[in-house]
Amino acid sequence: MTATDTNDIIVLSDVTKTFGTFQALKGINATIREGEFFSLLGPSGCGKTTLLRMIAGFDEPTTGAIEIDDKPMAGISANKRPTNMVFQSYAIFPHLSVAENVGYGLKTRKMPKTEIAAEVDKALEMVDLRGLGNRSAHELSGGQRQRVALARALVMKPKVILLDEPLSALDKKLRDQMQVELRSLQQSLGITFILVTHDQEEALIMSDRIAVMFEGEIAQLDSPEGLYRRPRTKRVASFIGVMNFLSAKLTREDAETLTIQIDALGEITVPRDIAPEGLTPSEVDAIGIRPEMLTVLMDDTDTAERTVEGSITGTSYYGDMTYYEVKLPGDGDPVTISMRNTAGRSVLPAGSKVSVGWGAESIVLFE
Amino acid sequence: MGVTLDKEARQGLTLLSPTALYALLMLAAPLAMVVTFSFWTQNYLDIDTTLTLDNYREAWSKPIYQVLMMRSLRISLMVTVVTVLLAFPIAYYLSFHVKKRKALWLFLITVPFWTSYLLRVFLWKVILGFNGVLNTALMQVGLIDEPLTFILYNSNAVVLTLAHAWAPFAILPIFVALEKIDRSLLEAAEDLGDGPVRRFFRITLPLAMPGVIASTLIVLIPTVGDFITPRLVGGTDGLMIANMIQIQFGKANNAPLGAALAISSMVIVAAISLVIYLVGKKMGGRTE
Amino acid sequence: MTRLGKYLSARWLAVYAVVYMLFLYAPVVLLPLFAFNDATIISFPLTGFTTQWFTVLWETEALHAAVRNSAIVAISTAVLSTTLGACAARAAARYKFPGKRPVMGFIMLPLVLPEIIVAVSLLVLLMQLGMSLSLWTVILGHILICTPFSIAILSSAFQGLDNSLEEASFDLGETRWGTFRRVILPLVMPGVVSSLLICFTISLDEFIIAFFLTGTDVTLPVYIWSQLRFPTKLPSVMALGTILLALSVILLIMAEWFRRRSAKKQGIEASAGGFM
Repeated sequence: MTATDTNDIIVLSDVTKTFGTFQALKGINATIREGEFFSLLGPSGCGKTTLLRMIAGFDEPTTGAIEIDDKPMAGISANKRPTNMVFQSYAIFPHLSVAENVGYGLKTRKMPKTEIAAEVDKALEMVDLRGLGNRSAHELSGGQRQRVALARALVMKPKVILLDEPLSALDKKLRDQMQVELRSLQQSLGITFILVTHDQEEALIMSDRIAVMFEGEIAQLDSPEGLYRRPRTKRVASFIGVMNFLSAKLTREDAETLTIQIDALGEITVPRDIAPEGLTPSEVDAIGIRPEMLTVLMDDTDTAERTVEGSITGTSYYGDMTYYEVKLPGDGDPVTISMRNTAGRSVLPAGSKVSVGWGAESIVLFE
Repeated sequence: MGVTLDKEARQGLTLLSPTALYALLMLAAPLAMVVTFSFWTQNYLDIDTTLTLDNYREAWSKPIYQVLMMRSLRISLMVTVVTVLLAFPIAYYLSFHVKKRKALWLFLITVPFWTSYLLRVFLWKVILGFNGVLNTALMQVGLIDEPLTFILYNSNAVVLTLAHAWAPFAILPIFVALEKIDRSLLEAAEDLGDGPVRRFFRITLPLAMPGVIASTLIVLIPTVGDFITPRLVGGTDGLMIANMIQIQFGKANNAPLGAALAISSMVIVAAISLVIYLVGKKMGGRTE
Repeated sequence: MTRLGKYLSARWLAVYAVVYMLFLYAPVVLLPLFAFNDATIISFPLTGFTTQWFTVLWETEALHAAVRNSAIVAISTAVLSTTLGACAARAAARYKFPGKRPVMGFIMLPLVLPEIIVAVSLLVLLMQLGMSLSLWTVILGHILICTPFSIAILSSAFQGLDNSLEEASFDLGETRWGTFRRVILPLVMPGVVSSLLICFTISLDEFIIAFFLTGTDVTLPVYIWSQLRFPTKLPSVMALGTILLALSVILLIMAEWFRRRSAKKQGIEASAGGFM
């Protein structure tokens, strides 16, 4: 066994799932490392929840295998797996108190009462619910229910904690706070977390690695930064953040560089290694550039590696940021440019002629 | 999500099977038996199993059965109309005007329904009788000089008693339908210029229609089959088809004819129910 | 103007509601009045207070037999209907399968079918099978009409049961049986008790089916029916009715209390008029 093998806590090999005639998962291959915060990100219906439920043991794969902690999971039911789940609805037992909820699984293990009480207290402390053990379930707020559900999973000391859209029922402010808390709790405990979410921002903030899923397949598995900076497909690029697409084609290639003609920006030569793995340079039909990688040059003191002339067609003021829609040369759609409203920077009205600055290293190639 | 359809369907069907089987054995089989029976004939204790339409011929052509059937339908329809008309304002009051203790009101409405049906009918006889509560009271107040006789032992008494007996069954479906109405729809109608009366007929009533239809059918169908009320308060003019069915199965010892009468009345009631359902649906009620 | 109209309509509706309630309670109120009235005829004016009619009940052997029979029928019916009702309600609430609607509709049919049809068709079947009429045949009929009520009560209990609660229990290491015992049963128990009480009450009061299907052992309503023919027996029937009324009301209040507790346990607002 190699060192990397022992680091893999979950191995998914060719996992498929079919419901009737509908293929929910089309051959998933992935490994999840011990102690990492791993997210399954995708729109609803992409199969992410199905995959999570199969890891938990609520569903069996149609074909393929799931290994947890080096043990094949086929035929092992949910109550025998070293995973615990935080449900989307939290599934707090309504007839039990907070402490009884958290201690539910320990009681199943026939642990003595005093030990259960001690473990429950520890778990409640971890999730900041100290002293609330005697509350009954319906006296809890949404955020507290979420914490109880988490404590109930943590107290089992599982190898992996599975979280099914755990923050979707909370309001924005609470959600932001819980994202940070969950992340730091996971880091301090070192337990593997697998999160299912449709919220790309949530996945970026919390995860070590993210698997972006569309229609039952993993489109890209990468670190948050990798996904954002080097999305492999147009679909991934537009699912994660905002991406401006400009039509382009390859004009020349050699061993070190690619030369690309971009309709709106002109010809540039870039190093070959900015192209993502598996991309055929001759197939390139567009480049992508993020709104923050473009700059509206306000006056002569603003400089940029390259510039292009354009005119503003729309302005949206967000307080800290201003978003401009700018028409560039050629017949493509206007691009979106985000500008931080720093001191002395004014907001330009629609119709203004502006210079737009950009850099060759910030473009992404797509086929 | 969930387990595969086949497995889930199997588990569901397995769980339902005891109850479904019971209904099959104790309801479907007996009903089928009654239908078969209605095509047989009986002479005292001997049952002739040759299939024949004789019973139906008798049931549909003999004046006595025709009269009883027509009277049953007339009384049942009257009971239904009276019960639903009396029930609607109560349901409306509970839904729109009672703010607190709605559940208590509903509970109070259902309590009389849970007392012995037999005794309730009998007590109406006590109330409506010649020397009954109503007559005594009215005479004491001086409103009448001699006891009213048109209130007992006729179809009026049957209608009144049944309207009482089925009250909660009429109120609850209408109440539920009224509760479901989104109150902002009423505000929208008012905002668009409707007065309270027009608003009631254009919004409230059409939306309450499913409840009205439900209570109409819930009252109509069983009342056709009632034989206690006609027997106790109906006199000879108030007897209904169910009394005849009971007699055929009892004293007259002609179960096949009784079966034919039962089937005939159910078919007629089903036909009327269908018409009511369709008309109600057309009037704006989308009954689930 | 419209405000005045509104005021008037609310006012009139309230008056109407009170009159309607008087109409509903008129016969019920008479029951205890005549039960304690010291006269052999059931009519006004009342002549004095007595408890002798209750004493008469105490001394009537035939009545005691009827009470015993009714108790046997009502308890058996309650247990069996609730069992069947629980199976059906759980199946309907938890699983999706083809034919669910028509099958459930058929099971609920006795709710709208005239009781005489249910009674007569069962009678015909039993006659054909050559079975003699007994308390058991009454129970068979009563289960048929009580099961729909049981399903109606238990459906809300099972529907309120979030699927993920079972999964959570399972996920925390509990077995199927353990999940049933520790999660499902406690949550639906109040509904079960409520169903038992309602079915008991319905069976206790039911006359038409009992009338057709009872053998030589009569149930209480059939006994009362036989007594209604004798004017001298009426005051004691009133006394009996009063006791039954009190019993029914107590059982109903208990059933409602359990149902509400069930709803509360599941964190659902106790909806009005639950057992209908």
